[in-house]
Amino acid sequence: MKKVLEVKNLGKIYGSGCSRCLESTGPEFGSNVCPHCGSVVAAADISFDLCAGEILGIMGESGSGKSTIVKMLFFDEAPSYGEAIFLDSERQWNLFSLNAAQQRWLRNHRFGIVYQNPHLGLNFNFSAGGNIAERLLMSDSSHYGRIRERARSLLARTEVMAERMDKSPKIFSGGMQQRVQIAKALATRPPVLFLDEVTTGLDLSVQARILDLILEIQQELGTAMIAVTHDLGVIRLLASRTIVMKNGRVIEAGLTDQILEDPQHAYTQQLVASAL
Amino acid sequence: MNPYYELPQDEAGYSFGFLDEYAKREVRRNILKAICIPGYQTPYASREMPMGRGFGTGGLQLTLSLVGRGDTLKVIDQGADDSVNAVNLRHFLELTCPGVDTTEQTQEATLIQSRHRIPERQLTNAQVLVLQVPYPDPLVVVEPSESRRKIMHGEGDYSRLLTKLYEDIVRFDEITISHRYPTRINGHYVLDPSPIPRFDIPKLNQSSALTLFGAGREKKIYAVPPYTNAEPLVFDDIAFRTEDFTDEQGVRRSCHRCGATDSFLDEFNRDDGVRIYQCSDSDYCNQRIAVHMLSAGEGAL
Repeated sequence: MKKVLEVKNLGKIYGSGCSRCLESTGPEFGSNVCPHCGSVVAAADISFDLCAGEILGIMGESGSGKSTIVKMLFFDEAPSYGEAIFLDSERQWNLFSLNAAQQRWLRNHRFGIVYQNPHLGLNFNFSAGGNIAERLLMSDSSHYGRIRERARSLLARTEVMAERMDKSPKIFSGGMQQRVQIAKALATRPPVLFLDEVTTGLDLSVQARILDLILEIQQELGTAMIAVTHDLGVIRLLASRTIVMKNGRVIEAGLTDQILEDPQHAYTQQLVASAL
Repeated sequence: MNPYYELPQDEAGYSFGFLDEYAKREVRRNILKAICIPGYQTPYASREMPMGRGFGTGGLQLTLSLVGRGDTLKVIDQGADDSVNAVNLRHFLELTCPGVDTTEQTQEATLIQSRHRIPERQLTNAQVLVLQVPYPDPLVVVEPSESRRKIMHGEGDYSRLLTKLYEDIVRFDEITISHRYPTRINGHYVLDPSPIPRFDIPKLNQSSALTLFGAGREKKIYAVPPYTNAEPLVFDDIAFRTEDFTDEQGVRRSCHRCGATDSFLDEFNRDDGVRIYQCSDSDYCNQRIAVHMLSAGEGAL
């Protein structure tokens, strides 16, 4: 399979940081706060590959650093060290050595993100169609008719009612807002999509429909996705491979079935056992 | 202002053009910078002027820094030379700049300070137009943070302004911005062209005259240099439209005084309730009437 993203030894430390930060935090210490300088090691030594059309799950409890990884890859936060290489069809991009304009270009043209909180992904001052238009306009298209057509078809694909297209997502239900966010993220047909706790806070039937939609999209478009969640059900349904994180470290990685059926690390065993 | 008003004795020591030489020099330096980077909002130390912010202090500082003996000045407010703002600014300049002529005729002026309009008569490369600006940043309607706006300007990211236009077309079937239409200068920076109507935007494009914008309260100067492209933000498939002043029958309305059908018209109700239209540029209107009377007089002879 063709690789699209290669993350090598990525880390993020909030605070001043010292030489002993990495050796004195982690799951074995039960904390990611450095006892010497008080810095927070949000993520350390993260390495993984993402292949085209694959869904990679990142699982872990709150504060384990899973969202930090997505934030770094989507350029919301700069990493403290490490690198990530995005392999486009034509060229390779070393994500963290690019300048701001190039990063913005990649964000707008090659990556998509769906946040847990629709407020982050959507602009509630614009209509649902306007939100998608914004994303298309960011990626240099400026033909009104085509933008409108694309917004209409995307919203139809994500099962948002056509008559809602020109309404503000402010008045939509949570599930509907999430659908608009997905439509917006897909507007530029990105090869990589980040899903940050997309179904958290939605009721079970809506969750199931959103997850179905994500799977359909993955099969239709062959989009590679990184799904961050603490929900084992979501991981089981979506991800083919999974990374388990605790205190900013990867403690286990492998095929999802393997991890859920035969967890090796004590923490993972506990997680799987405690699932409802 | 009282025409008999004279500067008090202790203020008579003000230098030519009210501002001190250092202030004028700083403004001039920023004007040069603004011309070098077309459309870029150059910050400057806006001085306190003896009038409130919002009365055209930004434009006035530009004018006072540029004006010299031998210049002829025209001041316009909403197209007219005789409205309050124009009269007072002109009087202030007469008080503080001895030796500077003022005129109402566009073609005679070397320096034109204007509020809300660009004169109808085409400007020449010997003229400088100074516009008074209340809000210099077009992005302020879509992004409240100034530091983020600066990044957006730097990256040429005006997608949110276009989204605003998209929303307009969806809701009203046309772009409803009547004035302050965001305009891209020299292919990069988008500026707020001050509250001039859409009608005046094409006059900025490849204009022979230098156009300067001064925002006193917001402390910004920016410029459209002569012979520079100025393109209103639009979609590829929806053309930019100016106000067309056609009536219900599709006929272009004309000025009720001079009969012009190519000027920007003001609409108002006469005392008897009849709606009439009149040139907003009073000098253009007056000159047309004068020419008409002259040729009519010749005809009678």
